Amino acid sequence: MGKLPLEGIKVADFTWVWTGPTTTKVLADFGATVLRIESAKRPDIWRIQPPFKDDKPGFNRGAIFNSINTGKMSITVDLGNPQGKELAKKFIRWADVVTDNFAGGAMKRMGLDYEELKKIKPDIIMMSSALMGQTGPWHDSPGYGDQLSAISGLHEISGWPDRIPGEIGFYTDFIAPRFNALTLLAAIDYRRRTGKGQFLDLAQYQAGIQYLAPSILDQVVNNRVATRRGNKDDYAAPHGSYPCKGEDRWCAIAVFTQEEWESFCRVIGNPAWTSAPRFATLEKRKENEEELDRLVGEWTIKYTDEEVMYTLQAAGVGAGRIGTAEDQMENDPHLKFRQFYQEQDHPELGKYRPPRQPCVLSKTPCRIRRAPLIGEHSEYALKEILGLTDDEIETLVINEVIQ
Amino acid sequence: MTRNAEGLLSPYRVLDLTDEKGLFCGKIMGDMGADVIKIEKPGGDDARRIGPFYHDEVDPSKSLYWFAMNTSKRGVTLDIEPPEGRSIFKKLAAKADFIIESFPPGYMAELGLGYPDLEKINPGLILVSITPFGQTGPFKDFKGPDMVMWAMGAGPTMRGYDSHDRPPFRISHHPQTYFHAGTEAVVGAMAALNYRGVSGEGQHVDVSIQECVNWAPLGDWDFNRRSRKRGQAVNPLQVTHIWPCQDGFVMWRYTGGPNALRHSVPLARWIVAEGMADDWFKNLDWANFSHYTATQADVDHMEKVTLDFFMTKTKAELMEGAIRNRIMLYPLSTTADLLESPQLEARKFWRDVEHPELGTSIRYPGTWAVNSETTPRISRRAPLVGEHNREIFVEELGLSEEELRTLKQAGVV
Repeated sequence: MGKLPLEGIKVADFTWVWTGPTTTKVLADFGATVLRIESAKRPDIWRIQPPFKDDKPGFNRGAIFNSINTGKMSITVDLGNPQGKELAKKFIRWADVVTDNFAGGAMKRMGLDYEELKKIKPDIIMMSSALMGQTGPWHDSPGYGDQLSAISGLHEISGWPDRIPGEIGFYTDFIAPRFNALTLLAAIDYRRRTGKGQFLDLAQYQAGIQYLAPSILDQVVNNRVATRRGNKDDYAAPHGSYPCKGEDRWCAIAVFTQEEWESFCRVIGNPAWTSAPRFATLEKRKENEEELDRLVGEWTIKYTDEEVMYTLQAAGVGAGRIGTAEDQMENDPHLKFRQFYQEQDHPELGKYRPPRQPCVLSKTPCRIRRAPLIGEHSEYALKEILGLTDDEIETLVINEVIQ
Repeated sequence: MTRNAEGLLSPYRVLDLTDEKGLFCGKIMGDMGADVIKIEKPGGDDARRIGPFYHDEVDPSKSLYWFAMNTSKRGVTLDIEPPEGRSIFKKLAAKADFIIESFPPGYMAELGLGYPDLEKINPGLILVSITPFGQTGPFKDFKGPDMVMWAMGAGPTMRGYDSHDRPPFRISHHPQTYFHAGTEAVVGAMAALNYRGVSGEGQHVDVSIQECVNWAPLGDWDFNRRSRKRGQAVNPLQVTHIWPCQDGFVMWRYTGGPNALRHSVPLARWIVAEGMADDWFKNLDWANFSHYTATQADVDHMEKVTLDFFMTKTKAELMEGAIRNRIMLYPLSTTADLLESPQLEARKFWRDVEHPELGTSIRYPGTWAVNSETTPRISRRAPLVGEHNREIFVEELGLSEEELRTLKQAGVV
C-alpha cells in the first residue's frame, strides 16, 4: 500500500452533478476520506439520468456517476428534516473540509454557511463552487456547463466564421473543477502551516474566463472583439482536421516551421503542387489556405487516421487522429501504456474502467477505487465516524432521517 | 505592486522553465502569492512572439499573450545548457520549492538536471513536468501542438454535438489544451505539496496534456459498447439551442413536463406580456409538452414565435430579463460583453495592472476565487526580458556585476 498525499483529510461532501464531484474526486483519489452526503429524495442527477449500464436505470448504474465519484463513501440524509440537518452538522464537526456546488446562497439558506460552520469547527475549510459565486446580481442564477460556456465567452469563439457558433458542450465543466481542486489543496496546506481554515468562494464563471485572457487583453487595449476562426492559426498552415478513409474519420495536422513543411511534403511524396510558389512560405500558404486544405485533404482521404498520424509524427510533424470513445479506450496504445483507465470491480456493474487523475505523482500516485452505492456507508458513517448506538441509528431510520 | 504576502502560496518559490505549453501553471501559482521566477533563454522566450500585440506592435515586450500568461512572475534570462548556466540554476534549485518545465522528456536528465539529480540538491523539491504525452510511453516524443492535442483528447467539439458537415474544430485563438494542462499541473503540484507537508519529501509530477483533455463520453463505450456518432441528435426532433437576437446569440432550450414551470413558462409569460404571442402559443400546455410526443410543426411554430421575440432584444436585455424572471437563458458573450458584465463588476473581478514601460495601466481579468483569508490576485505585470537578472543573480546569489557582465557576453545570461 503506497502513501497518499491527503491521507487523514476528512471531507463532508455536499456536492452533486458534475463540477462538485469531479473536484472531490481529486481529493478522494489522492487519499482523503470523502463522505458524500446524498439525498434519496432528490438523488444526484447522474444517478438517475442515462447512460446506464445495459441501458437499465438504477441508482448505482449510471456511467457518469461511477466515473466521477471514485473512492468516495455515501450516506443518504434528508437535509429537509431538522434532525437531518443536525446529523449533517455532526459530520461537519468530524470533517476538515466541507464542499458544495449549489447555486450561490444555497448553503446559507440551509443554515450551513461559513459563519455557522466556523461555530461548529473554527478551522473548517469550506469550498462553495457556484456558477457565479456567492455574491453579485447573478449569484443565485441557476445554470449548467453549456450555459456557463456561453456566458463566459468561450462559445462565441468556437466554430466557423460563416455560421452560428458551434457546439462545445459543457466545456466550462472541465475548467472549474481544476480551479476548485487547486485552491482547495492549497488551502489544506495553508491550514497545516497556519492552523487557519477559511471560506473559498469559487465562481465557475470567473474560472472559465481565465481561458480567454489574451483575447480579453486584446479587447481592452486594441478594442478588437475575438471571433471564431474555424481551425485557423496565425502561425501554421496546413492547420486543421483533414478527412481520412472510413466513415467520418479525421486526423488533425499542424505544420508550423519551414522544416516541418518540408518534412510534410516529403511524407506525402513531394507531389508537384507542393513546389508551387504559392505554397512556398507560411505567408503564402495562409494566403492560399482554402486551396491548401483541399489539396491536403486529397492526400489524407487515401489513408486511415492512424496511418496519417503515425507517418507524419515519425517525420517530426504534429498530427493526431480524432478518435471515438472506443478508440480512446481500446485503440490508443499510449493511454494503455500509461494505464489511464483503471479497472474496478463493482457489485452491480461487474467491471468498469474509470480514468485516473491526469497528473502522475512519482512517489504518491493517486489510488482509484470504485464509486459508492447509494447509502452504502450510512451504517459505517453513523457507527464508526459518529459513534452512534444501534438504537440511535434505528431511530434515525424510523424517522426517515437517513434512508 | 507588491507580491501577495497573504496568498495561499506566499512562502513558496517557483522556478518556471516552461514554454507556451506550461506558462499558465506558474501564472496561477504566482497569482496565489508564490514567488515565481520565469527563466527564459537569453534574448527571451519564443512565446513572446505570439500575438496579439499591444497596439499591434510586434515586439517581445508587447505580446498580450505573454502578458496574460506571466502575471505575478519576475523574470531572468539563463541558458541552462552550458556548465556555468547549469551551476547557477542548481544554486537556485537548492532554494526552490517547485520547478516547472515543459521540455521534451529526457532533456533535463541529459543535462544532469533530472528529478533524481535535483532531489540530491534539494530533497523537498517538487518537479512538475508538462509535456504533450507525458514522460513515458510510445507517444512520448510525438509533437503536440494544440490542434493535435484537441484531436488526441477526442473532446466535445471533435466528436460531439455539432453538425457533421464540417470538419471537427477546436476552440479558436488560444491553446486551450495547454491551459488545461497548466491548471492540472497546479493540481498535481498542490497534491505533491501536501505530501511534502507531512513527509518533508518532494517528488516528480508528470502531466500529460493528452490525459488532461481526455473527455470522450466513456459511459457509452465502457458501459454499453457504443460510440456516439458525431452530430448524433439528442432530441428526436430538430430543436434550436443557439438563437440569434438583436446583437448576437443566446442559448435557450425549451423543456416540457415538470421542469417547464421553472424554465419554459416564465419565458412564455414574458413573450405573451410583450404582446408577441399568437393564440396557439398563449394556449400551449407546457406541463404536458414533450419533445417525444410533439410534432416538428409544433416545435417550429413555438420557435418562430420565440425567434421573433429574441430579435427585438439585445443580449443584455435578455440576460436582465432572464435574471429577473429566473429563466435559464444565457447570452453568448463576446469579449466586449465580458467587460460590461455587472456580475464581474460586483465581484471586483477586474484588476488594473501597471505597465510603467508603456506609460499606462491595463485592465486584466483577475481572480477566480474570493477567499476569506487568501484571495488570489495579480501582484505584478509579466516581466520584461531579463528584467530581474540583477535582483536575482547579483543581489540574491551574490554574483558580482563583473561576473554578470561576463556571463552576458558569453550568452549564458
